[in-house]
This record gives sequence, C-alpha cells and structure tokens, in this order.
Amino acid sequence: MLYKVFIEPFVFMGEAPDLLIQTLWEGLVSGVLYALIALGFVLIFKASGVFNFAQGIMVVFAALILVGLYEKGVPAFLALILAAVAMLVLAMVVERVVLRPLVNQPDIILFMATFGLTYFLIGFGELIFGGNPREMITEQLFLPQGTTEIDALGGSIRLQHLDVAAAVIASIMIGLLAVFFSKTRIGRALRAVADSHKAALSVGISLNQIWVIVWFAAGMVALVAGIMWGARSGVSFSLQIIALKALPVLILGGFTSIPGAIIGGLIIGVGEKLGEFYWGPLVGGGVETWLAYVIALLFLLYRPQGLFGEKIIERI
Amino acid sequence: MLYREAGQFKTNYVADSAIFPLREDRIGLAVIILAAYALAFLGNSFVLQAVMIPFLVFSLAAIGLNILTGYTGLLSLGTGAFMGVGAYACYKLMTAFPGVNVIVWIFVSGFFSAAVGALFGLPSLRIKGFYLAVATLAAQFFLQWCFIRIPWLVNYNVSGALDAPLRTLFGIPIMGPNATPQTRYLLVLTIVILLTWLASNLVHGRIGRMWIAIRDMDLAAELMGIRPLQTKLLAFAVSSYYCGVAGALLVFLWYGGAEYDVFNINQSFFILFMVIIGGLGSLIGSFFGAALIFILPIVLGIVLPAALSPFGLSVGADVIEHLRFMIVGALIIFFLIVEPHGLARLWQIGKQKLLVWPFPY
Repeated sequence: MLYKVFIEPFVFMGEAPDLLIQTLWEGLVSGVLYALIALGFVLIFKASGVFNFAQGIMVVFAALILVGLYEKGVPAFLALILAAVAMLVLAMVVERVVLRPLVNQPDIILFMATFGLTYFLIGFGELIFGGNPREMITEQLFLPQGTTEIDALGGSIRLQHLDVAAAVIASIMIGLLAVFFSKTRIGRALRAVADSHKAALSVGISLNQIWVIVWFAAGMVALVAGIMWGARSGVSFSLQIIALKALPVLILGGFTSIPGAIIGGLIIGVGEKLGEFYWGPLVGGGVETWLAYVIALLFLLYRPQGLFGEKIIERI
Repeated sequence: MLYREAGQFKTNYVADSAIFPLREDRIGLAVIILAAYALAFLGNSFVLQAVMIPFLVFSLAAIGLNILTGYTGLLSLGTGAFMGVGAYACYKLMTAFPGVNVIVWIFVSGFFSAAVGALFGLPSLRIKGFYLAVATLAAQFFLQWCFIRIPWLVNYNVSGALDAPLRTLFGIPIMGPNATPQTRYLLVLTIVILLTWLASNLVHGRIGRMWIAIRDMDLAAELMGIRPLQTKLLAFAVSSYYCGVAGALLVFLWYGGAEYDVFNINQSFFILFMVIIGGLGSLIGSFFGAALIFILPIVLGIVLPAALSPFGLSVGADVIEHLRFMIVGALIIFFLIVEPHGLARLWQIGKQKLLVWPFPY
C-alpha cells in the first residue's frame, strides 16, 4: 500500500514523461482559469472587505448575457460590449441596493447579502434566459479552436488552441489589472481604501464610487472567466460550482493578494490534476472534487494567513 | 394587560436565573407545545408530511449550526455533510443491529457525526472567519465523495441509496413505507422538543457561556481561563451532533429514503440562511429561520399562481421556481438590511413592546 502511494506514481511519471507534461499543462490551464475567478474575489475583498460569494454566479451571468444576446441576433462583439455594460449596471445596482444600506455591518452579514444576491441572480438569469445549458460563441469571438500535437519525450503532447488562448488572455487580464492597480489614479484610490476605509474617506475618496469600480472590475473578470470556462465546458448554471473551486485558491494565496491568487490558482490546478491522474485511481477516482480543499486545509495548518496574505496581529 | 412583569417576585436564585422568568412566557410555551401535539390529530397528512416534518427537521439542523455559528462564532459551510454522516451512521447501525430500537440509533448516530465534526473542527484553533468557512467546505466535499464512493455505507446496495426499513415502536410502525405521517410527525416533534430543551440548557449554562466568550473575544476568553481548542471542538461536536440527528430524521422520517445528493452543498447553504435570517445566537431564531426559508417557498408556490390568475397571467411551474429563487434572494437581502439580527430580534422587540403596552416605554 505504501509502495502504491509513495513510489509507484513517481515511477510512472518517470516512465511516461509525456503524460506527466500533458497533465502538468492541463493543470496549469485550469489553474490559470481558477486564478481568474479567484481574482474577482480578491478585487472585491481587498477594496471593501466583502467576501463576494456571488462571484461564481456573476461568471455564469456574464456568459449567459453574452450568449443570450447573440442568440437574439445581436452581433457577437456588440453582445460582448452589452454584456460589459450589463456588468456595470449590476455593479451600480449592487452598490446602491445592497452595499450602501449595509455599511458598517459585520462581515458575515455582508457575506450573507452576497448569498442573497446569488440566489436572486440565479432566479433572474433563469427567468430571462432559461435554465438550459448552451454553447459559448467561440468562433464568433475569434477564439482559436482545434488542437496541435507535439511529438516529444517518446509520446505526443496535445495542446488545445483554446487552452493556449485562455492562458494568454488570462495572463493579459492579470497584467492589465496589476498595471491598473499600481499605476493609475483609481488604482491608488483602490489600494487606499483597501488599507483603511476611514483614512481613504478623510482624504476625499468616495467609497461608493470605489465600490462600483471594483464590482465592475470583478464583473469584467467574471465576463472573461465566463467566456473561457464557457468555451471549455458550455454555459450553464452548473458552472458556478467552478467558482467554489476558487475558494481553496484564495485560501492558499491569501484573501488580499493578487499574486497569491495567481500562484494559488496554479498550485491548485496542477496539484488537482496530478492527484487525480496519479493517485486518484487508488481510491476509486473523483478526488478532484475535494483534493483542492484538502491541500488548502493542510496548508492552512502550516501557514494560517495563506502564501501572501496579511498576517493579522491580535492585541487586547 | 395580560402580559406583565409586575407582581412576579423572585425569592430565590433558581427562580431568578430561570430561562423563562415570566409566568406568561411559560404558559405561552406550554400552549405552543400542546398546539404542536394537537396538530398531529387536526392537520391533514399534506400539512404534516410536506410542511411540519421538514420544518422541524430543518429547525433541528439550524439549531445545530446556530450553536456553532451563532453562539461560538465559527462559520461553517459543511452542515449538509455532517447531516449526511448522521444519516449514513444511522442506516448502518439500524441494519447491523435490527434488534435494538431505532430511536436509540437515531440518537446514537449523532455521536458519529459529532466525532467527524470535531475532526474537521481541528483547524479552528489556527484559522478564523472565512478561512475556516472554506476549511469546512473541505469537509463538505470530502464527505460527500465518501458517500458516493464507499458502497459499504449503503450495505453494497446497487442503487447507492439509503432506504428506511420497517421499524416499530410499541407495535406501531414509525419508519418505513407503512408509517403514517402522523406517527412520524409525533416522533420528530418529540425528538426536536427534547433536543431543543437540551440545547437551551447547554447554551444557558457554563458551556454556553464559554462558547459566547469565545465568540465575543477569543483572546480575552483565553486569558480568563477558557481553553479555546477544547471549547471550539466541543462546539463543533455538539453542533454536528444536532446536524447528524437532523440528517437521520431527514432521510428516515421525512423522505423515507434518499441518495447522497440530499447532503450537497446547497443543503448547507440553506441551513446557513435559516440561521442568519432567524437570528444568530438564538434558539427560537432557528425555528423562525426554518419556517421562513422552508415554508415561504411552499406558500409562494400556492399564492403566486392564485395572485396572478386574475390578470390573465398563467405562470408555468418553471417560472414559479425562478421567481421563488429571486424572491428568496431578495428577501435575504431585505432582511439583512432591515433587521440584521434576524427574526428573533423582531420577536424580542415585539415582546418588549407588549410588556410596556399601552405606554410607549
């Protein structure tokens, strides 16, 4: 038994390096996409201290608007812009209806409010677009399709063009956000708010505006994540389960760190695929559903604030 | 004029520290309990089967989560899985020892889920808040995976589902296909009342004070000599005990049989809704929350088509389902804005107003 757990998988990795590379690649791609969803959480948590449970449904919602509008005859790129506008409207409505009345409430209350938002959006989305799963409009958005097989290491490695595109687009998105946060005026304001609400208010930064901006930014991240995940596995409400996958990523990286979200995403993505492929068969498979959480949990025991999280110093 | 504190003097410490210091409250409680028992003989089987039994079961689960989240301040999203542990443990015990009365096993099955809960509560000393919430998700997904992948848990049943075997009490079937909603309701009601009474004693006593101290400020509590790990683990264990019993009741006395899917993450969320809407740190709030979250959609399903039909709008079942989601979501936000302390706080305000009525203060 010990041999099977600790030695055999590694021997297998050494014997078939192409499979290992393939698994690693798949892990990295899904890791990037997890990171993209986790990024939406981090943006909102950083700027407002709200743990936004609705991020998952925002991903579904954005993708649904895009596909739904296209099916109604709107050109693909106009639909993309309209979906972005819809996320802006959502951000404004959320700020006005949910966040503003709940200022100064404990974290758990705001967390619950995003639960309410989740349920509302599920009902709303299904009411308008119906609950059927549908195809993402990959061709119309000029996303590449097809696969390339690279012969290497005594086997062949299969690269989905879409995955490559997803990784590239996600990286660009993350880079843009990093620039936005560090170089622009609004980015500085966002960081100020993240540091201290009171201090930010006292130097004349409008909290309400900031909230709209971060929710809109999170909405845009959700839109991109929705397109990418939608292209991989179709647009349906079951997609929001993927958002739950972003939670261990957050734990691993720390709730407030953008690099943490990215590195956490990659670790979880790779760890999950390796675990599923090499160790999964030992226990009957399907370990992907919980492995990420267990990795995160074990990691937490060692470093409770996550990789890049802020250490909370408690005083009495 | 009927509800007055005046004239009720306490002459000893026991009377002074009573949970219901007012005579009117005690009478009111007795009336409610009597009414609940009377309902078994007055209500039809739809009311008992589709409304009252699940309401009581969910109340019990909500009490369990409330002990953890409301009293001890540890957020948990793994409630559904802990309920599942109770149900599967009960099934194994029932089928392995058919001679022992099933009620014993319902109570014992909670201990299994208590042990599992305490195990997953171990990280609670190191991590807090949302981090802990995500850690409990690990419990949720891992346990759910176990329910699917370990056929031993369902006695290698091909369908992979739990089913309630026929079990009797005093010769009356209380479980299985022949049990009437009436007997099952009476059994659930009795168990829930018993466990609520127990929980009430726990949270008002030394242990409850320890939990509340940990919730309000864990460092200060530690300095006062409360050991955080033991206290938190105890909260996890007791909470999971309640959830486990609720899970066993859910499967064997409500559904009569279920698959692993009953204990999915949505179940956990629903119970968390009940706790938050009902009121964190309040036992009666658990009942209010369960009533609102569980009974409201049923009422909506009946009222909405009736309300829309005069306008010539006929709505399909799917539209009602979607509207139900929207309304529940909107209600959660509405309640959080209007009364973040939940329905229990409204109840408390109402009682306070009644005490001073007709004067405003």
